[in-house]
Amino acid sequence: MPSITEPAAALVKGFGITLKHLFSRKFTSQYPEKPHPIAPKFRGEHKLNKDGEGRVKCVACFLCETNCPAYAIRIKSAPAPDGWQDRERYPAEFEVDLLKCIFCGYCEEACPVDAIALTNKIPEVETSREAFILNKEKLLANADLPAATSAEKYLDDILKKWKG
Amino acid sequence: MTPEIAISLGRILAVIAGVLSAVPYLVFAERKICAYIQDRIGPNRVGPWGLFQPLADGLKLLTKEEILPNGIDRFAYLLAPALVMIHPLATFAIIPFGSSITLFGQTIRLQIADLPIGILFFLGVASLSVYGLALGGWGSNNKYSLMGGLRACAQLVSYELSMGLCLVGIILLSGTLSTSQIVAAQEETLLGFLPAWNVFLQPAGFAIFLICAFAENNRLPFDLPEAEPELVGGYHTEYTGLRFGTFFLAEYASMITMSALLVTLYLGGHHLPGVTTRDFGPVMTGLISTAVFGAKVATVLFTFIWTRWTLPRFKYQNLMSFSWKCLLPAALVNLLMTATVITLSG
Ligand code: SF4
Ligand code: SF4
Repeated sequence: MPSITEPAAALVKGFGITLKHLFSRKFTSQYPEKPHPIAPKFRGEHKLNKDGEGRVKCVACFLCETNCPAYAIRIKSAPAPDGWQDRERYPAEFEVDLLKCIFCGYCEEACPVDAIALTNKIPEVETSREAFILNKEKLLANADLPAATSAEKYLDDILKKWKG
Repeated sequence: MTPEIAISLGRILAVIAGVLSAVPYLVFAERKICAYIQDRIGPNRVGPWGLFQPLADGLKLLTKEEILPNGIDRFAYLLAPALVMIHPLATFAIIPFGSSITLFGQTIRLQIADLPIGILFFLGVASLSVYGLALGGWGSNNKYSLMGGLRACAQLVSYELSMGLCLVGIILLSGTLSTSQIVAAQEETLLGFLPAWNVFLQPAGFAIFLICAFAENNRLPFDLPEAEPELVGGYHTEYTGLRFGTFFLAEYASMITMSALLVTLYLGGHHLPGVTTRDFGPVMTGLISTAVFGAKVATVLFTFIWTRWTLPRFKYQNLMSFSWKCLLPAALVNLLMTATVITLSG
């Protein structure tokens, strides 16, 4: 005759677990009404920063394009317009293809003048491949969005926490 | 029309309407409880708290296309959905769902038919429920449906035995086959405080009956006739639209009926010491007893749902050996002990 206490105890335990979950905190987020909070380190669409005079900060050095592991950046460099004293060249065109991009943030790390950065903005859903390419206007329009926490700062924060 | 016929018709209509309109909300409750157990919220988009979700579900089933698959046995295929509804609705005829109401000088008992052989009637009708499932499986001409139908038959036959033996225990205790008298026998209290419900007199019988009730309704952990991973949908794989809806409706309706029967046999029916023993006037007393009955049924239904989302499904060979090697001997021992005690105490 098999023992009855063992299965009975397992049953009680199982029913206890489901009963506990009946009253525990729910994880569903009510998406369209209450969007899920986005972590500050979330890397979304790129932005091109502007300098003090509202001009694009980029000096068209191609470091980001060279550094991009996904070949997502395409820059067309041109001699800087007259009166731009601080640099010789500027990007006449600047494109980031969001379908190629893997949101690694290497472009941001490579840039010598802090001209490109990733923001928290989630890329919008589009219906054509072309629409996923961020051109210079769109990138500049993102200029005022806060940048995602950089990998460097994120690591620093973690290290600080560890060291106490 | 004589008043007796009018009263009978009224009761029948009330019961059918009550059971059938409770079904969508039972489905809704099932979805909500399942969601809460899984740390989700469940349907909450249609109407306040999702309360109109059952309406939307029903409308969906109504507007779905009805497909008659090729190669079916038309007669069996079309008959099956009608047959499955017989068991839940007919069984409710013998269940006393309240004491009585006095209206216009007429005393109306809240039970459709107080048969002197109510329990036998239940056993007979319960066996009929096999036909719907088996014919559905057979008529669909699909191997998975057939397997589901056969499993349903084997399962129902096996578990009905233990269930019957539990019922014999109850019959011995109360000395009657009539459901209303079984309820009346549970009216007093034991030792001054415990209600004299059969669950306290027959705890083992109650447990066995509960397990058999799960199996009779093809509820998890005994839902092998429609085990999705193996059999697609079991006997209702080939059904669509409202015909599928009928199977669905019948499954939940028989859950309600089975819970009502469990309450009647083991949980004191519509009695609750301290509440239904008082007099609240000719109409209210009956209504309150019905409310007590409803609350008890809801509790049992909650147990059904709770079990479904706790226990995994049995393997088929375990299902059969559990029935024949555990439940049946246990039910026999229970019956033997009950009989001995009754004989000894005279
Ligand atoms: S985030 Fe990475 S992949 Fe995307 S553009 Fe920058 S370097 Fe390329
Ligand atoms: S964004 Fe930065 S790294 Fe890229 S081309 Fe411009 S200045 Fe160079």
